[in-house]
Amino acid sequence: MKLMKTIAPVAALMALPSLGLAQESVPGTDASTDSIFIFNTLLFLIGGFLVMWMAAGFAMLEAGLVRSKNVTMQLTKNIALFAIAGVMYYLIGYNLMYPLGNWSIGSDETGGYLGAFGAAILEAVGVTREAADDYGYASTGSDFYFQLMFCATTASIVSGTLAERIKLWPFLVFTVVLTGLIYPIQASWKWGGGFLDSQLGFLDFAGSTVVHSVGGWAALAGALILGPRLGKYKDGMVHPILGSNLPLATLGTFILWMGWFGFNGASQLAMGTVGDAADVSRIFANTNTAAAGGAIAALILTQLLYKKVDLTMVLNGALAGLVSITAEPLTPSLGAATLIGAVGGVLVVFAVPFLDKLKIDDVVGAIPVHLFAGIWGTLAVLLTNSDATFTGQLYSILIVGVFVFVVSGLVWLVLKAVMGIRVSEEEEVNGLDKAELGMEAYPEFAKG
Amino acid sequence: MKLIIATIKPFKLEEVREALTEAGVRGMMVTEIKGFGSQSGHTEIYRGAEYAVNFVPKVKLEIVVSSGMADLVVETISKTAKTGKIGDGKIFVLDVEQAVRVRTGETNEDAI
Repeated sequence: MKLMKTIAPVAALMALPSLGLAQESVPGTDASTDSIFIFNTLLFLIGGFLVMWMAAGFAMLEAGLVRSKNVTMQLTKNIALFAIAGVMYYLIGYNLMYPLGNWSIGSDETGGYLGAFGAAILEAVGVTREAADDYGYASTGSDFYFQLMFCATTASIVSGTLAERIKLWPFLVFTVVLTGLIYPIQASWKWGGGFLDSQLGFLDFAGSTVVHSVGGWAALAGALILGPRLGKYKDGMVHPILGSNLPLATLGTFILWMGWFGFNGASQLAMGTVGDAADVSRIFANTNTAAAGGAIAALILTQLLYKKVDLTMVLNGALAGLVSITAEPLTPSLGAATLIGAVGGVLVVFAVPFLDKLKIDDVVGAIPVHLFAGIWGTLAVLLTNSDATFTGQLYSILIVGVFVFVVSGLVWLVLKAVMGIRVSEEEEVNGLDKAELGMEAYPEFAKG
Repeated sequence: MKLIIATIKPFKLEEVREALTEAGVRGMMVTEIKGFGSQSGHTEIYRGAEYAVNFVPKVKLEIVVSSGMADLVVETISKTAKTGKIGDGKIFVLDVEQAVRVRTGETNEDAI
């Protein structure tokens, strides 16, 4: 079991009391250890399919916030990137992220920098206690499946920002690099027990930085190199381009909100003891209230600033609340979690027009939601978890940020030079659905 | 015969239809349109940026009546569609040369 190795001391401490009480005979191979294995595995599987469903949330959110002439393309990108993430994480991502001490560069003690190369391998069919990779913890298949979904989430973040003008194939090539290399390498630094974990004491429970800001940095690099949509910034003015389907955008946000219970809750990584089960429930409750805080903050703030509530901002606010609580969903009280989420919602309302001032065109607000709120959430760990250090959090944010931004930027530049990343002006005006796919999402409706 | 074209605020449609039916109008054509007049649009805010809504949604009525009824129709529409605020709409009256009822072949005033 990959994770067990990195969190072994903590897990062992938590498991010991119950083991000691439950059995006297053969330590580590009895009904009580079985149930730990089974419940942990179950947590990964349930958490994993909840996070998988977030891919549907991203697809609906993005389909709703682009114009109708680009909806089919946005849906195509979403299902393609999810599939690519699945294969790339299997081929190289999993072992790069969880090298189990077999670092290609570095070591567990001095800090790991580059994980192991090789495809993921599952346990045998009908595996026995003795043959299981980590009988005291959970099945390898459940861990692989769960972690894969986080990798796919990272890729989903990028597609929304770059919507309505990026070509399909260069985007998918970037997804290959992101899910096979960029995401797993930086994730190994924390969750694989690499140098951010062992040397800096970085804390990121479910990935405000490791997942969300990574997607945000990759999206930001792409947006800068790709440029804004035609007509978005003209004569020193911002010209809003309205989304085509707010019911879909709202449905997508609710789906993401629900999926987040798996994202944060199952990141407890164990449910085999009373303490772990109770902690999972704490995380569910905190995750929910943070989203509520973010949504309410955006609701009130847009009313005050613009005299009318902006639904798209409220949707972004809920998501920002979720991202904000992701780095530490366990230790805050309900009140603290609500406030941490609310700050995320406030950030978004100011960050969206701020990006427009800089002429960075982010179609769905993924950079404010995932990058800005991700940074805030990572710093907010300091408020409720005394194990976190300011330098550990800050340096990790910067190191991950520089790595992802620079590498993503290079990949985008190479793609731009080799195959071009932007559709022609005419194709952009006609819509990517017709230009690149030859089909429309709503063929019987008026043009949007 | 006269053709009366009126643009009104969409929410007034039902009220105007009722008043016209009471006044004896037996048919009308209704279209949802967008346009601008002296109101010339307004601004909204989307994701923190202001944008102009140049065309305002309106409802267009087209009614053909006998010349004797035209004044009553115009008066009824202007009375019922009026809110006193900008954007209440406009009414135009045009001459109609000919009318035919397709089913029976009746013409002109018999056809309307």
